[in-house]
Amino acid sequence: MATPLLRAIDLVKSFGGLRATDHLSLDVTEGEVHALIGPNGAGKTTAVGQLIGEIRPDAGQIEFAGEDISRLPPPTRVRRGLARSFQISQLLQDYTALDNVALAVQAREGHSFRFWGAVRRDARLRRAAMAHLEETGLAALADQRTADLSHGQQKQLELAIALATKPRLMLLDEPMAGLGPTETQAMTALLRALKGRIAMLLIEHDMETVFALADRVTVLVSGRSIACGPPAAIRDDAAVRQAYLGDGDA
Amino acid sequence: MDETPASLRWIGLALLALLLALPSLATLAGDPAWVSLATRMLIYALAAVSLDIILGYGGLACFGHAAFYGIGGYTVAILYRHWQTSEPLFGVIPGSTQFLVVIPAAMLAGGVLAAAIGALSLRTAGVQFLMITLAFAQMLFFLFSSLSQYGGNDGMTVRRRNEFPGLDLRDDTVFYYLVLAILLAALFVAHRLVGSRFGRVLGGIRQNERRMAAIGVQSYRYKLAAFVIAGMGGALAGALMVNQARFVSPDMLFWTKSGEMMIMVILGGAGTLIGPVIGAITLTGLEDLLGRIPGWGEHKLFAIGLLLVLVVLFGRGGLYGWLRRRLR
Amino acid sequence: MLNLAVEQALNGLQLGVMLFLLAAGLTLIFGIMGVINIAHGSLYMVGAFLTAYTVAKTGSFLLALLAGLAGAAVAGMAMETLIMRRLYARDHLDQVLATFGVSLCMNEIFSLLFGQRPLYVSIPPLLDGSIEVVPGVPYPIYRLAIVAVGLMVALGLYLLISHTRIGMLVRAGSTHRDMVRALGVDIRSLYTAVFGLGALLAGLAGLMAGPVYTVQVGMGEQILILTFVVVVIGGLGSIRGAFLAAMVVGLVDTALRAVVPPWLKTFMEASAADALGGGLSSLGVYLLMALVLLVKPRGLLPAHG
Repeated sequence: MATPLLRAIDLVKSFGGLRATDHLSLDVTEGEVHALIGPNGAGKTTAVGQLIGEIRPDAGQIEFAGEDISRLPPPTRVRRGLARSFQISQLLQDYTALDNVALAVQAREGHSFRFWGAVRRDARLRRAAMAHLEETGLAALADQRTADLSHGQQKQLELAIALATKPRLMLLDEPMAGLGPTETQAMTALLRALKGRIAMLLIEHDMETVFALADRVTVLVSGRSIACGPPAAIRDDAAVRQAYLGDGDA
Repeated sequence: MDETPASLRWIGLALLALLLALPSLATLAGDPAWVSLATRMLIYALAAVSLDIILGYGGLACFGHAAFYGIGGYTVAILYRHWQTSEPLFGVIPGSTQFLVVIPAAMLAGGVLAAAIGALSLRTAGVQFLMITLAFAQMLFFLFSSLSQYGGNDGMTVRRRNEFPGLDLRDDTVFYYLVLAILLAALFVAHRLVGSRFGRVLGGIRQNERRMAAIGVQSYRYKLAAFVIAGMGGALAGALMVNQARFVSPDMLFWTKSGEMMIMVILGGAGTLIGPVIGAITLTGLEDLLGRIPGWGEHKLFAIGLLLVLVVLFGRGGLYGWLRRRLR
Repeated sequence: MLNLAVEQALNGLQLGVMLFLLAAGLTLIFGIMGVINIAHGSLYMVGAFLTAYTVAKTGSFLLALLAGLAGAAVAGMAMETLIMRRLYARDHLDQVLATFGVSLCMNEIFSLLFGQRPLYVSIPPLLDGSIEVVPGVPYPIYRLAIVAVGLMVALGLYLLISHTRIGMLVRAGSTHRDMVRALGVDIRSLYTAVFGLGALLAGLAGLMAGPVYTVQVGMGEQILILTFVVVVIGGLGSIRGAFLAAMVVGLVDTALRAVVPPWLKTFMEASAADALGGGLSSLGVYLLMALVLLVKPRGLLPAHG
């Protein structure tokens, strides 16, 4: 098997007495959709925080494309191709949808120590940003102020921005959270279209989405990975059913 | 960002026309003191606009802008003193009274100081940042208060304005027009700056630093660059003010001066370029008016303080924001 | 030489205690409500002026003590109900500007009421005189009393924070405000009370300052900025940090003032050396702050995490 694109090795993180991540190992291969599921409080958010660099693990190592990135700050990881979307959208509310994406394109192109030329008249920049809006179905809303977009549209914009960084892997933190049935379907279709092109680590509560999209599923309980395998195997795993799926369909 | 209502543009043009005609109006009214008051207004406008780059556009609550303003002022005074005594500063830097030497030197000093203060204070954020910028500015206040060769507590007189080839800056009217030209140029530069790639990043940092990290932007460098630019602007204003007043003192560095500049920005409207200009003109004019009330002049800060509380509590967007809402 | 060191160390301790009283209130208010109060120095001034005035009018130090403490606490609570309450949800810039406005107003009100000239307060007879702390070093009893009061307050705050509900809030930090609300604590009166407590501590510092420093308009701002340095060094929101930093700042500042001017005089003319020495020694604590920021940007004993 080829070297995985992202690899977390034996991550440990404690807050006070609570062990939020307990010797977690996990990998995502090129083009794969790997879902990370687990009940509330299982430590999914803490795990994402460590992968993206907002939280420093107490022990363990994170590799991306074969290199140790454990000590890199988040922006550097992003520039190496590790993008993320936020569970609670973190958009630039005063800017338009297009501005939000254009800024990500601008950041990808290198430093922004350019003090003179007007961004809004930079046709190339705007075209590149527009392409990502079209890809996520937001083209019609390009000039809307972000604060005026609906929750579902903001989630799509999150994705458009992540795509604009030209990632090799996206950490998607609950992209379906708070979406209605139609919006969930649209988002699922969107992610399916991206599948194979960009690797994804998908943190998601919606089991239907997980089983529809994922190549592999890792189940996290109390900071530990209790099972990892293809969706069908996970669905039938006795330990998982007991720990997690048990309540609904047992 | 937002469209400017057409009527507001007309008001802007009218204000510009008024500023251009002001020296003649002063002569007609027989009160030449207007010119120096107006010069002070414009210099404060410059200081407020530079502060707004970090405060309004960058969202960094800096309470130490007087440090840069003061260092600019002291650069003029110190270079003058060494020119007068013909003793080089630190044994190497000769004194000067040439505007085209002194002003860039002042801006350089402001920039270097801002780089040093910024490099430290930007390691923190929010309230700590605010307290640290305030503390460093106050440190300079104490330092200059103790330098007796430059007047110590009492400050020192700078007997002549800097010299500009082809202009007689001793003439208040000529100096006024020079300051006006510098302010307009600075506004143009600031306008380009906030609309540039750099300006976009700065605005993004103000709105959500976490988002900026998630698109691969290292905020610290951009904040530091903005801080240095603001510091240079503040120093330019201070250098002009010492030329205007022919006097420098540690008061320029005192923390209430930083506070006043913040009031100008907030009163006029933070995050806009015209707002700080309106705020500076209004506050300077108000202080001048209040100072003339017999018996109450020395307590004018009471009115200013009260105004500030009211503006913060009830006046969102400052005067410029209010104007825009009225004219829409 | 040793005698001088003992005396200066006590002076430093006394300044440290004053700074701690101010810093504790400031950081307590920030820790619970998440607001920053530029007018905190004004509350110190209120305590100092009301005490000085009451002593001058009645001659009773006990009445003066009550007037100073009550005045500062009432002023603080009034500030909270009239102004701060509207600012909790705003950003720090708004809080700073509004409280800056308040401090400008307070200064002018006090200079109208009491004039610009400094007031002098005598030392209460009970605490007048000196005792020998070590043989050959007489030290004013009053200053020792300040240190004692300060240390008692520090102990009291420690108990308050480790054993009470208010303390739990401080430890939880202002980010957990919703949790507090969920516990059913009446947040409005709690906030007013905390603000009053902070004001009380500032007033206590002010009233004790009277006989040692001069009581004049603007006294609050002078010490406020030094208090900021203390809070930054100690770690914002941390009372323990405030205590540690206050002592360090008090000792360093005092030591530099004792050492630098005489040293300058060895090669400079006396009056210039005094001026420059005064300036250079006041730089010391700011440089200390810069150093701490380089090594530990969140302060020596950060509050959370």
